[in-house]
Amino acid sequence: MTDAIRELTEQKYKYGFVTDVPEDRIRKGLDEDVVRLISQKKGEPQFLLDFRLKAYRHWLTMEEPRWAHVRYKPIDYQEIVYYSAPRPRKKLGSMDEVDPELKAAFEKLGIPLEEQARLANVAVDAVFDSVSVATTFKKKLADLGIVFGSFSDAVKEHPELVERYLGSVVPHADNYFAALNSAVFSDGSFAYVPKGVRCPMELSTYFRINAADTGQFERTLIVADEGSYVSYLEGCTAPVRDENQLHAAVVELVALDGAEIKYSTVQNWYPGDAEGKGGIYNFVTKRAKAMRKAKVSWTQVETGSAITWKYPSCILQGDDSVGEFYSVALTNNRQQADTGTKMIHIGKNTRSTIISKGISAGRGQNTYRGQVKVLKGAENARNFSQCDSLLIGDRCGAHTFPYIEVRNPTAKVEHEATTSKISEDQLFYCRQRGISEEDAVSMIVNGFARQVLKELPMEFAVEAQKLLGMSLEGSVG
Amino acid sequence: MSPDGKAAPLLEVAGLHARIGDKEILKGLSLEVKAGEVHAIMGPNGSGKSTLAGVLAGREVAEVTAGTARLDGKDLLAMSPEQRAVAGVFLGFQYPVEIPGVGNLYFLRTALNALRKARGEDPLDAVDFLELAREKMKLVEMDPSFGSRAVNEGFSGGEKKRNEVLQMAVLEPRLAILDEIDSGLDIDALRIVAKGVEALRHPDRATVLVTHYQRLLEHVVPDRIHVMAGGRIVLSGGRELALELERKGYAWIDEEAKRGAWAEAAQVTS
Repeated sequence: MTDAIRELTEQKYKYGFVTDVPEDRIRKGLDEDVVRLISQKKGEPQFLLDFRLKAYRHWLTMEEPRWAHVRYKPIDYQEIVYYSAPRPRKKLGSMDEVDPELKAAFEKLGIPLEEQARLANVAVDAVFDSVSVATTFKKKLADLGIVFGSFSDAVKEHPELVERYLGSVVPHADNYFAALNSAVFSDGSFAYVPKGVRCPMELSTYFRINAADTGQFERTLIVADEGSYVSYLEGCTAPVRDENQLHAAVVELVALDGAEIKYSTVQNWYPGDAEGKGGIYNFVTKRAKAMRKAKVSWTQVETGSAITWKYPSCILQGDDSVGEFYSVALTNNRQQADTGTKMIHIGKNTRSTIISKGISAGRGQNTYRGQVKVLKGAENARNFSQCDSLLIGDRCGAHTFPYIEVRNPTAKVEHEATTSKISEDQLFYCRQRGISEEDAVSMIVNGFARQVLKELPMEFAVEAQKLLGMSLEGSVG
Repeated sequence: MSPDGKAAPLLEVAGLHARIGDKEILKGLSLEVKAGEVHAIMGPNGSGKSTLAGVLAGREVAEVTAGTARLDGKDLLAMSPEQRAVAGVFLGFQYPVEIPGVGNLYFLRTALNALRKARGEDPLDAVDFLELAREKMKLVEMDPSFGSRAVNEGFSGGEKKRNEVLQMAVLEPRLAILDEIDSGLDIDALRIVAKGVEALRHPDRATVLVTHYQRLLEHVVPDRIHVMAGGRIVLSGGRELALELERKGYAWIDEEAKRGAWAEAAQVTS
């Protein structure tokens, strides 16, 4: 193998710094008192405490899933701190009062929280450890009736919306990690777009794990009312630490009749070092429900985390609803990813598209796992799936597990899969034209992922391209 | 130094030995190409023509065990493939490579700007580049739609070869080595490729055509023709040599080369 490819395994993670802010954290471990304590700290209404307790009690009866193609040491759930928040100096009245250390931390990540500093048309909600620290453009959005901000604020200001939709797509007992999240989630983002409103800017949440030994359990709920449109972006990073940290999030999307939600993620949690020490365990449940003529589009670029276990899915409940899943997952060094989607066709004339691009380098293991299910009543359901894998070097692995279940004879389901390698011929061709080996690898990888990258909002796409290059060798970009 | 006292050759290869695995492919090859000239290297299959092209461009498949190759007096063999490109070496590939998802013109612009940057020149912006690319695409009679398609993906054999000539025309190398650029081409494509090669003729540049057949040479008239056999140049001459080869085939050269009778001739003619 050539030098540039060998260097892939020696990349540096550039978001690995730790911010020194006073923390309000609770004791390690999990029991019913901890669940109550979290709810109490957040001053929650009874329905939410009930939801948490129901989830916690159910979680106790469940076992951690073992079917994914990933290997890791057992997680000790009693060694995790379930709530940690940067201690606010006082109640925040405006952005100016955000702890300067925190602001600086986000600046360093390229996420300025000053509204005037933001060139792009993006509203940002910044989540630091367990809580949301700032939301920009809140007022402008409110004028249109759009609610966007931290989950905690939504609970206080719009409890009726939260009560109505929380758990409506991912029930509290859905799976092991979703149940855990339902019991202990601390914050996250909430968005509601009213009937017929087209959200004029990208809504964005930036998640940051900072504190040691903590888990991050955020919960995102997005409701697009009839005929509305919203595009939502999510980014995430964490400091370099030798211990593994658990991130178990739940994202629920509700697209009512004729609504459209576009959800984009660039996931760059700390992946661990070259030997596989440290890194985030990313066990995430993301699901959308699409009602009549609604459309949900998931786009994800997964470059971080030691382990990724994630299947953004669509329940195509309403007739003529559409689900899309575009994914690039890159594993390098000792990273493992088991990711894909579920498309559940319930309504008539429902359509889904799955485009998955897995890139494996170093000793990375990359698995696509997807399910296409067409139920009895889903007349004329259509699915097209394409799963491509790109191997870089000869010590990595790519695996594809498609599950297809069709109960309606009018359905049409197509599945295509390819596996390829970056060839010496491709590299030599680029280099002969004057392009350095590093740039050539980056170019080839980006070309491989192009079908997915072009689905990202413009500004994000540029970031994602750079990130793919960086995740491969640390200096291209 | 050339005996007539004129400028040093642009390309100067001396006593080049190279092997692939255990097999020696180039066995003491020598060649000089002056700026402004077009040379053709002919020879039967397996004579080492493509290996020579690859070795000059820095392909790692073959290992050089002895000899030198200089461009403008600079040691080519000490340079990486991209450094050779910066120095002005362009290899037209016998089998151009597909790069899925990477736009054809995007690729070409990246290459051009990488070369410009390495030479301390400002990058060409998108507008200026597009103007240049359009002009050159006209030269090789390539439909503009090929600009946005992925590099060589789904191109026919002839389209791939024209794309190589397009890249050459845009990058304007000092030394273009075209490896079997004529193989698999119909007569129209052959004419277009020849036109591209002719357009690059320039007192500061040189072209080496590696070919099995002499039909390309009906369209591009070379200044020198060399015949390779058994890993060496065994015969050099003017255009009449190509016609002789066409008439007699390669068999006689092969036979002679096997007997080693041409070893001395090689020393004399090169």
